[in-house]
Amino acid sequence: MKKIMLGNLAIARGAYEAGVTVSTAYPGTPSTEITEALADYKDIYVEWSPNEKVALEVAIGSSIAGARSICCMKHVGVNVAADPLFTVAYTGVNAGLVLVVADDPGMHSSQNEQDSRFYAMANSIPMLEPTDSQEAKDMIKLAFDMSEKYDTPVMVRTTTRLSHSQTFVENSDRVNVPIKEYKKDVAKYAMMPAMAKKRHVVVEARINQIAKDANDMDINKIIIKNKKIGIICSGVSSQYVEEAMPEASILKLGMVFPIPMDMIKNFASQVDELIIAEELEPIFEREIKAAGIACKGKEIFSIQGELSVAIIRNKLLDEPIPEADNSLPIRPPVLCAGCPHRGVFYVLNKMKLMVTADIGCYTLGAIAPLNAVDTVICMGASIGMSHGVDKALGRDASRKTVAVIGDSTFVHSGITGVINSVYNQGSSTIIILDNSTTGMTGQQNNPSTGRTIRDQVTHQLDLEAMCKACGVKSVRTVDAYDMHAVESMLKEELDRDEVSVIIARRPCILLTKEVRIPYEIDQDKCIKCRACMKVGCPSISRGLDGKITLNPSQCNGCGVCAQMCKFDSIKLVGGAK
Amino acid sequence: MTNILIVGVGGQGTLLASRVLGNYAINRGLDCKLSEVHGMSQRGGSVVTHVRIGEKIFSPIIREGDADIIIAFEKLEALRWRHYLKKDGILVINDQEIMPMPVIVGAMPYPVEVFEQIKPEGINLLVINAGEMAKECGNIKVANTIMIGALAKNIGFDKKDIVEAVTNTVPAKLLEVNLLAIDKGFNA
Repeated sequence: MKKIMLGNLAIARGAYEAGVTVSTAYPGTPSTEITEALADYKDIYVEWSPNEKVALEVAIGSSIAGARSICCMKHVGVNVAADPLFTVAYTGVNAGLVLVVADDPGMHSSQNEQDSRFYAMANSIPMLEPTDSQEAKDMIKLAFDMSEKYDTPVMVRTTTRLSHSQTFVENSDRVNVPIKEYKKDVAKYAMMPAMAKKRHVVVEARINQIAKDANDMDINKIIIKNKKIGIICSGVSSQYVEEAMPEASILKLGMVFPIPMDMIKNFASQVDELIIAEELEPIFEREIKAAGIACKGKEIFSIQGELSVAIIRNKLLDEPIPEADNSLPIRPPVLCAGCPHRGVFYVLNKMKLMVTADIGCYTLGAIAPLNAVDTVICMGASIGMSHGVDKALGRDASRKTVAVIGDSTFVHSGITGVINSVYNQGSSTIIILDNSTTGMTGQQNNPSTGRTIRDQVTHQLDLEAMCKACGVKSVRTVDAYDMHAVESMLKEELDRDEVSVIIARRPCILLTKEVRIPYEIDQDKCIKCRACMKVGCPSISRGLDGKITLNPSQCNGCGVCAQMCKFDSIKLVGGAK
Repeated sequence: MTNILIVGVGGQGTLLASRVLGNYAINRGLDCKLSEVHGMSQRGGSVVTHVRIGEKIFSPIIREGDADIIIAFEKLEALRWRHYLKKDGILVINDQEIMPMPVIVGAMPYPVEVFEQIKPEGINLLVINAGEMAKECGNIKVANTIMIGALAKNIGFDKKDIVEAVTNTVPAKLLEVNLLAIDKGFNA
């Protein structure tokens, strides 16, 4: 039966139908729903791993052991997983191993827009890219077949628009893939120089064979229409091209690395002008030009952002694009009403500290009016960077510097930073914002929540004990809602001449089942000083008449705004105490 | 081909509309593509869902200037996305204001006379108070269903088809109040 299905759910369905046994991931937009959907298939072992490197290593282990395995991550996750990836390219697989990577052109929810096709090229492993949900499902199955046929990991690339669009999918049954026998083979699986030198030869022969075979793969398609313009494209961009240029001839690449050069030559010879419509980097364009084929790409389309039907028609047909009204107030994402991060960031900004922050909801602490964050680089960077500030500028500077990191991000890659700061005799102060979840990606469990992806109870990582084991002598916990306590504890810990950790604890407001009484403003007492607005809560606003109102239906009762008011005008609804 | 843009603020519940419209397309044997927003922008940011229904759809995203109808759950978002509308397109606005952070912190005013700004552009404008109408239905949460009803009427869907799609989408225990909401939205 035909169903309308999110691209990510179709990827999960494809893995299920392909007989996958093991699935691993760390959450990251726009890839998260793949693994959440896989958790609904009870035949598959599914886990949230603490980070992408571990996730890929688990999947490599299960593949070599003989089980079809899939590992999913967002584009920047591949940076973390790159170490095992570059070498599993050498060992190859036993049962099929597929790495799904979700790129984010236009950075809807990411810190950069790196192009994952580079990783396929750098590793000499094949990469497929579907155009809609049906193809996504089909290509996952094809990727497993290719992985076993060519003895290689296979990458499948998706982008935000594919992952988060729903299109029709025809479901099939799961194929039962028995576990393959594992045979000890040190020459294949233990990469020391002597073995790796031989395997590198295998890798190059393999990718050359795949490049040759690509010319006959039906996932690469030539559609000849009008021969004046021929357009080479892949993924969701080919949907834009087909709609924008219905008369143009098209070569749609289902395999984006290696690309079928004989087929491209044949296509180029049939059209007057060859255009490459690819999002992000000019990867096809460079390869095609290097093969001596004239084409145009990035001189027409931008390296930044997404393509669209309108952009293609604008660039190729000079059709104008209706413009947005840029005079309107923007509506950036904000910390939720009742978010436990808000009060902490207010204190950090008030104390004029340099804040090395990290990746998560609390990145939003950088935005007005909190304005508390100085730096955001990558998962876990906050702790190493605060140590760097300490070592560069000395003790006076480190008294004014704090690293801020969430619980899930801390487990992902903050722990080694703490070990480093202690080992190298630093004096950083680190705040772990423990909201007991992986918040930004939609409240996933992680080792510090003590629950698995399927919400089963498991060992709960003890953050205090973990920091102490790293050698931090002062590890203290504070209520994230209590701004006074946060501030005084922070002053004490910044003064300490050694590494210290403050765990600011409160569950994510979207997660907690606790019902708190909302607040309201007593207009008789309010002097309209706007102090409460400095915490930037979306439930408080100011009318044109200057009147401050607090919307009790939005308020989650955290009380941070009430702590800001010196006139006792913010009260619990109904006079509750 | 029908292009429907659903705009609002993260957390307003625009997702139900896309699920209902997906079921509408399935029941009618039409192709359909939906594109929605996840992740960071969900946190109270400006959100948009693209819905395209027709014989054969390529792009999951509606081109600027190509939407037949925009359903705006919030007034400022109606202004922000109106360049997506066709020249003779229809704009259905829920009469609700949610202050964005630049307004909350006093850096910018919330736009005044939103409807007056839009009218001279020749847009077919329908303003409804979905919140009030939802209260009349007895459940504030069906404001989004009321918007779907208004959408169905204005885009020319048969009422029985949209009722069927809602029936296929919402849980049985909430069906009655949702059908009441569709009816109210359809007659708005």
